Amino acid sequence: MSTAVHILGAGMHPWGKWGHHFTRYGVFAARAALAESGVDWRDVGFVSGAATVRCGYPGYVAGATFAQALGWQGAQVHTSYAACASGAQALNAARAKIAAGECEVALVVGADTTPKGFLKPNAGERPDDPDWVRFRLGITNPTYFALYARRRMALYGDTVEDFAQVKVKNAAHGADNERARYRKRFTAEDVANSPTVADPLRLMDVCATSDGGAALVVCSADYARRMGRADSPRVAAISTATPTFASSTVEMPDLATDSAASAEPHAFRATMPRAAFEQAGIGPEDVDVAEVYDLSTALELDWMEDLGLCPRGEAAQWLRRGDTAIGGKLPVNPSGGLACFGEAVPAQAIAQVCELHWQLTGTSGSRQIEGARVGVTANQGLFGHGSCVIVQR
Amino acid sequence: MSAQRPALEGYLTEVDGVPHLLGSRCTACGTVYFPRLDSFCRHPDCDSDSFEDAPLSRRGRLWSYTNAAYQPPPPYVPVSDPYEPFAIAAVELDAERMVVLGQCATGVDVADLQVGMEMELVVEPLFSDEEGDALTWKWRPTASPLPQGEGGTVGAADGGERVA
Ligand SMILES: [Zn+2]
Repeated sequence: MSTAVHILGAGMHPWGKWGHHFTRYGVFAARAALAESGVDWRDVGFVSGAATVRCGYPGYVAGATFAQALGWQGAQVHTSYAACASGAQALNAARAKIAAGECEVALVVGADTTPKGFLKPNAGERPDDPDWVRFRLGITNPTYFALYARRRMALYGDTVEDFAQVKVKNAAHGADNERARYRKRFTAEDVANSPTVADPLRLMDVCATSDGGAALVVCSADYARRMGRADSPRVAAISTATPTFASSTVEMPDLATDSAASAEPHAFRATMPRAAFEQAGIGPEDVDVAEVYDLSTALELDWMEDLGLCPRGEAAQWLRRGDTAIGGKLPVNPSGGLACFGEAVPAQAIAQVCELHWQLTGTSGSRQIEGARVGVTANQGLFGHGSCVIVQR
Repeated sequence: MSAQRPALEGYLTEVDGVPHLLGSRCTACGTVYFPRLDSFCRHPDCDSDSFEDAPLSRRGRLWSYTNAAYQPPPPYVPVSDPYEPFAIAAVELDAERMVVLGQCATGVDVADLQVGMEMELVVEPLFSDEEGDALTWKWRPTASPLPQGEGGTVGAADGGERVA
């Protein structure tokens, strides 16, 4: 039994700070994906919602919230919560349902509305909550991105100018993307002139928090054939693997890594995509386009190496040569990435797959990568959640 | 002198009058945990629920560092008005092969730091209030170097990377 599902349509609500209820973004994205797919809403047999805990009560049951908003039609429903990997888990649930023969066509939706400022824990004294403890010590999310960035500088000779060039590249990619929140080209000077958040990262090295929504319509191979869409992009692999003990990178929200004194150390970011490539039966050398988790500029470089897209320590060289820009050897974040979108947690892993769908169907307009046939995404959330999706034409 | 208390219960201990981070060790497989764990061992091949106190090494190598240039949100308690940025260190303990985060000691700035340098633990106030000082661990560059042979390779935890 094939586990591959076809993508018939993708949709997004433009990202920004709109201040609406998250359902509005999800419904907009879902309707756009349905329209692109040519599938009637009443034919959808499964609604897979990606949830956020910040949306309050309806957020926890995102699947049913979206299904109700689109109009009850008896579809089966599911809700996934996995921080930034929620969208990939929601897609995985739809794939499993289709592979099991329990439905033919599914709608995957994620949407969020995000408060201003640092992401932070809820109020109250909770000394047994590791997320609360690290914030008590003043260790915010950018702390972790900055530690990784400084480490790159020490190990590989990356510079703050390299990091700024990631922003410059992604801003140029996203400038014409009508779904992106920030559509302005920036220079290295703009980045250098923005205030430091966590040395060596500046405000423009770190992604913002946004409202946004993204959706996909996926189906079985049979259904795609009947629709005359047998050549539509396929989801060839989804890895939502957990780390392997002893996990050697200090991850949000932990204060310390696992001790590697009694177990071999494992680098989580590198093991997760390995499982995806194995599942798809291809290697990183086959990839034409990547949408990776540029929560910070420097993190994009880490992810390129962890995905095996370039040798360890060489991501900045690839960037400097223009290899990761549209038109280069391996474009990274042609959508503009989180640099242009900002984080809308349950939507972002879905949004990455939307971009791959448009790239692989040749419908990306001015940011189109010629002849793209294989795309990969990477995403990472709290407590060892991550995701990696491979889409193939 | 004002009263002193730990900012976080159960994170620090003293051995022969010297402060150490307090971890715990699984009595079955020997894995060390920080913050201390005493529920279920997280080693995938171990189902022990028995732990003993394990004071951690108080010296290690600087894995990486940064600072908090903006005032962190609550539950962080600001210690100055206007806010003054503080440095943050991630220190790799050689014996435990574990990277531990913490604030840097008062007066230590990012300009004083370099990946791979030797660091040591000190205890300082995290903040002070009407009840006195709330104490926590902080990292600072080691006053005297580690004895020969006690140091490990920088970044051993990532699979043997070395500082260029
Ligand atoms: Zn054990």
